[in-house]
Amino acid sequence: MAGSVPDERIESLQATALEIRREVIRMIFAAGSGHPGGSLSVTDLLAALLFEELHVDPARPEWPDRDRLVLSKGHAAPALYAALALRGFLPREELRTLRKLGSRLQGHVDRGRLPYIEASTGGVGQGVGMAVGMALDLRLDRRPSRVYAILGDGECQAGGTWEALMAGAHYRLANLVVILDRNGFETDGSTEAILGIEPIADKFRAFGYATIEIDGHDFRQILGALGTARATTDRSTAIVARTVTGKGVSFMENTHVWHGKAPSRAEAERALIELGVPAAEAAL
Amino acid sequence: MGAVPRESLRDAYGKALVELGERDPRLLVFDADLSGSTRTALFGSRFPDRFFNVGAMESTMMSMAAGASLGGRTVYASTFAVFAAGQAYNFVRQSVAYHHANVKIVATHGGLLVGADGGTHQIGEDIGLMRGLPGMTVIVPADAPTTRTVTFAVAERTGPAYVRLTREDLPTVTDGSFAVGHANELRAGSDLAIVAVGSLVGRALEVAAELATVGVSSRVLDLASVKPFDEPALLRAARDTGAILVLEEHSVLTGIGALVAATTSENYPVPVRRVGIPDLFGESGDAWALLDRYGMSAERIRDEAWELLKIRGKVQ
Ligand SMILES: Cc1ncc(C[n+]2csc(CCOP(=O)(O)OP(=O)(O)O)c2C)c(N)n1
Repeated sequence: MAGSVPDERIESLQATALEIRREVIRMIFAAGSGHPGGSLSVTDLLAALLFEELHVDPARPEWPDRDRLVLSKGHAAPALYAALALRGFLPREELRTLRKLGSRLQGHVDRGRLPYIEASTGGVGQGVGMAVGMALDLRLDRRPSRVYAILGDGECQAGGTWEALMAGAHYRLANLVVILDRNGFETDGSTEAILGIEPIADKFRAFGYATIEIDGHDFRQILGALGTARATTDRSTAIVARTVTGKGVSFMENTHVWHGKAPSRAEAERALIELGVPAAEAAL
Repeated sequence: MGAVPRESLRDAYGKALVELGERDPRLLVFDADLSGSTRTALFGSRFPDRFFNVGAMESTMMSMAAGASLGGRTVYASTFAVFAAGQAYNFVRQSVAYHHANVKIVATHGGLLVGADGGTHQIGEDIGLMRGLPGMTVIVPADAPTTRTVTFAVAERTGPAYVRLTREDLPTVTDGSFAVGHANELRAGSDLAIVAVGSLVGRALEVAAELATVGVSSRVLDLASVKPFDEPALLRAARDTGAILVLEEHSVLTGIGALVAATTSENYPVPVRRVGIPDLFGESGDAWALLDRYGMSAERIRDEAWELLKIRGKVQ
């Protein structure tokens, strides 16, 4: 449980997340397009999952008893690719090929091209359904594996998300955890201004989910919620992680402007300096 | 093509939509969280009371648009083609087409020219899907001036329409003249007919100009009105030239090539060759490099033209 996580582990996760954020900026700058806002908001969740919670093995990415991770908001691919590279699933140099013709690093996460991408996503609203199917499969086979789906808040406007949530509850999939990256923004503006989803935690509760609300940038809270989910054996868990879009880069925070736009060279360098890269090494 | 200026089809659509909103005070516009990309945001800021950005829910947007139209309004609905025709297919089918609802679906980001977003965001099936719906008008403008005319033309015609636009700026190759059901002959010729739509009309003209330098006379037909389409103009081209090359940034399985081959073989069989997206999903990459990679390069078009001319005995 969270209380028992030593300070060094938390500090190490923070350092890892910082490194992921730097790579996100470098990758999207090099690609010339991509989605920095929602990549930076989901970074801490991905770091906690891949570096602490998930039972995975980079040496055996297809190990049958591994935990599954579905990034339903597939446009946050840069954060997942960077996390996978740091975790040893792919060479770090390859990150620079993002979105280029022939690259394994597609603009949206793509199963089959890279190790440990469990589902191809991109069109939003389908990842929870994929995760429900995986959870059914694993439970039938009596595997210990658990399935984690990360959802964006704009994705909660998609009907398919709710169909899948209903199914997860109906089948009482205790091996399913849905994590909402509640960063408040989507492509054209704030979710509440465009088509409000609140009270979202109540909705998950009403749908039958053991629902936990946390600060999605506080590793103790993230690990605590994941631990509670692992200990919940009678139903699916939903974690509502309150996050900040563009987290860590002041000018990308709390605006929709950086949802799907690459930074210029100067902006990327400024972002890297804000993320603690020494000025001398920030040049791109 | 360097000399031909390129313009944004999406900008042309967005501006025309604002004009339409001024002319028709009852006209409504829907979008699904892509209004900056589709340019419906221009209408939204001018007429906020008649604009509904419903968020990432394309399927239900189609039902809402259909419902809102049944009392007599003209309703436009925009998002990317993969979500309009793909994601929302049965909502378009039942709510829009089955009701013959007066909904104009203007889908941006058709084909592979979506570029770096990759295979989940590109679509080569939309024209086939939409053309198969009874009563659906289907239009694929080749440039910005035609996009502008088409935006107005579909409003004049009661009933559902699907207009496919391209993300990339395209060379301006027409003067914007367009009428539903009419093909636009952009170049006269008698040795070969090149029938093209959308982003490949520019390449058709380019190759035709090249062929002219070696004495081959090519007719270029812009088949922007895909449904209804100009059967007489197509059959005239078959008779006059005896060979048809079809260019489309769409799956060759279900697109314009299939339409042209079926129509000619029933009425006036001539050799037809299809250049388009093969039976594959796309991938991330530079937009125009993807067209080359997936078999729609100017070189490939030239080779296919040459094959047809050989079959007809017009070249060695
Ligand atoms: C079905 C579908 N419709 C539209 C899009 C375009 N799109 C990409 S991201 C996005 C908004 C999603 O917002 P959210 O889930 O909140 O993403 P985040 O802010 O976490 O990046 C939209 C509409 C899409 N990818 N899929």
